[in-house]
Amino acid sequence: MPRVVRRERLVPNIHVLEVEAPEIARRCRPGQFVIVMPDARGERIPLTIADWDRDRGTVTAVFMAVGTTTRKLSLLSAGDTLPIFAGPLGSPSEIGPVGTVLCAGGCFGIAAIHPLARAFKEAGNRVIVLIDVKADYLLYWRDKLEALADEFIVSSRDGLYGGTEYVPRHVRDVLGREKIDRVVAVGCTYFMSSVAEATRPSGVKTMVSLNPIMVDGTGMCGACRVTVDGRTKFACVDGPDFDGHLVDWAELYARRKSYFDDEVRSLCAWEEERFP
Amino acid sequence: MSEQDAKDKISPALAAEVLAEFEKGWRKDLRRAMPVKERMKIGRRPMPQRAASERNKDFSEVNLGLTAEEAVEEARRCLDCAKPGCLAGCPVRIDIPSFVKLVEKGDFAAAAAKIREANSLPSICGRVCPQESQCEESCHLKKASGVAVAIGNLERFVSDTERLGGGAVLPHLPPPTGHRVAVVGAGPAGLTVAGEMARAGHRVTVFEALHDAGGVLVYGIPEFRLPKSILVAEVAYLERLGVEFRMNFIVGKTATIDDLRAEGYEAFFIGTGAGLPNFMKVPGENLVGVYSANEYLTRVNLMRAYDFPNYDTPVFPGRRAAVIGGGNVAMDSVRTAKRLGAEQALIIYRRSRTEMPARIEEVHHAEEEGIQFHFLTTPTRYIGDEHGRVKAMECLRMELGEPDASGRRRPVPVPGSEFMTEVDLVVVAIGQSPNPLIPQTTPGLSVGKWGTIDVDWATMATSLPGVYSGGDIVRGGATVILAMGDARTAAAAMDRRLKEGPAGPSSR
Repeated sequence: MPRVVRRERLVPNIHVLEVEAPEIARRCRPGQFVIVMPDARGERIPLTIADWDRDRGTVTAVFMAVGTTTRKLSLLSAGDTLPIFAGPLGSPSEIGPVGTVLCAGGCFGIAAIHPLARAFKEAGNRVIVLIDVKADYLLYWRDKLEALADEFIVSSRDGLYGGTEYVPRHVRDVLGREKIDRVVAVGCTYFMSSVAEATRPSGVKTMVSLNPIMVDGTGMCGACRVTVDGRTKFACVDGPDFDGHLVDWAELYARRKSYFDDEVRSLCAWEEERFP
Repeated sequence: MSEQDAKDKISPALAAEVLAEFEKGWRKDLRRAMPVKERMKIGRRPMPQRAASERNKDFSEVNLGLTAEEAVEEARRCLDCAKPGCLAGCPVRIDIPSFVKLVEKGDFAAAAAKIREANSLPSICGRVCPQESQCEESCHLKKASGVAVAIGNLERFVSDTERLGGGAVLPHLPPPTGHRVAVVGAGPAGLTVAGEMARAGHRVTVFEALHDAGGVLVYGIPEFRLPKSILVAEVAYLERLGVEFRMNFIVGKTATIDDLRAEGYEAFFIGTGAGLPNFMKVPGENLVGVYSANEYLTRVNLMRAYDFPNYDTPVFPGRRAAVIGGGNVAMDSVRTAKRLGAEQALIIYRRSRTEMPARIEEVHHAEEEGIQFHFLTTPTRYIGDEHGRVKAMECLRMELGEPDASGRRRPVPVPGSEFMTEVDLVVVAIGQSPNPLIPQTTPGLSVGKWGTIDVDWATMATSLPGVYSGGDIVRGGATVILAMGDARTAAAAMDRRLKEGPAGPSSR
């Protein structure tokens, strides 16, 4: 079974997980994800691949501890094993020389945007990295991102980085001052839809990495269906990247919340069992 | 060779073997022990089953299985025909008369071994095969008296007896050939190929995308029809034969066929199934509470949502559940919904009862369990509430017109017959399409217009050398036993190729 090499808390509620998975490390490309299950009674969830080390044969993902599965993952230590760490799944992101690319990441997406920003940089683009955090102390991987970005912007709602604005304002500022050829956004659904709405008037192509509920992640179940340009797509095989201006966001919100009550019930049951 | 030609073919070697068994002394004695007239007077033993009102509340198995006395009595009904119809009706060509007569003789272990010569998964086939349209359909006793020998129930009895008695005895294995075989997909076809190739002395690795082996047997068919413990025992038997399983390995993603070839695998079997659920593309199909049958059954079976929150994966229980479709998957889904607490569980099927593709036993069981059938009805749209959750569906009445390509009468909409009905759970069980993962990532693999892999039906060889395929990825959506039949054909051809080399006279 895949062995955990590292599991650390980066900032409150956000953790990094590095797992020994040589086959995945060898083949994965930016934009792909893995399906992870924390234990034998667990649920399968998708996590975007945030980094990899082909020589050491490890794959890294960053996640936010929210529900039962991610809480379980947040308690792993180096040396533990995972019953499932499968991939690389989904189609890789479209990377190419397009000019200037604005890479926007929020929350766990700060990590997920990293391989995309790196790949766009390597493809010869000017790369602006825009990171959104709710508060200054939630910023992580600053060094990694700053090192590869031509310009690095932090959008925060308190203190150090100033301002009370959410990310759309920064997106509009960037679009207003220079020509942007591509926007990519990774984060929670609200973050991605906000970025897509901010770029819609300009028509700049905006790719988002959708995160619907998945079960198998290989196209077998259809749990992850999303409507894009009026047609049903399976995010796991047709995506996870889609044109943010064509996504039916309202449907995605509703489907993401499908099991809200059950998720709370599950978490309560697990907490009672684990911390009686 | 066409599919039909391959299906009709019984090899001369098999015919000679069956005849030799038929002419053995003990078989003659057994035939003489009871006259045909007496045999025909015995009534078919009904399958003992749990009461409908009890079983529709839990996931334990419905059928209880025959006792030894009942099995022997049932076996006596078999007339031991000189030209048995049953054998030709069996896609994997089990020597049915021989195993049935071994049951009559009371030698259950030998009966089990006889089945295993042709079938690696007997306890599964005894439960899920559509016997009524295969072996039992061709049974001469059926033609003579109207009621076939209960071959499926006997197969189940024999293999259950074997398992409860400590499991199958390992056959004598030939010395290892050193050849490496990669099987893609641990479903019924893949498991069959794995067993056959291991028995031929090859080193077999099965690559499976999910975390449990079995394919549709583990994610699709519910516990109440096929207990997981049975599948676990069959997989353990394959492991004892030396088969290696690599779970959570998605061929096409984790590694491609070409990667595996570079690693030293010489022969490949692609048994990745029909993994892509079809939807009707009617409005509202993406509302919360509308599932594909694959998702619904996977949540409940593979992920054990019926035991939520003890297991972490949830599923909607549904108060008024509608399942769209008339096949086995639809029956499994609707009976699952009933067990999860639906007050009303409905089948919505666009044709009539006679055209339903489900096994007769499953339809009977569903009726006994209180499932309501709505024939000649099809959904036209789903209506959601303010949270995007399904609350009703609009249906249209149908009537039967002229027969279509499948020979079944085509359903034609009755204009103006729309009506609305309240539902809070919908499961779409109208079929699956072939999984495109391997075709997309395997250059040179020839694929038909519906995404199925093209094969030569005589050998199940694909357009790529050393690569064979079978089951739903070739057929587009069939049965467990047809997949296993393909697997047997493929395994025989793969074995010849490995032993004689690609240039061998019969490798294709």
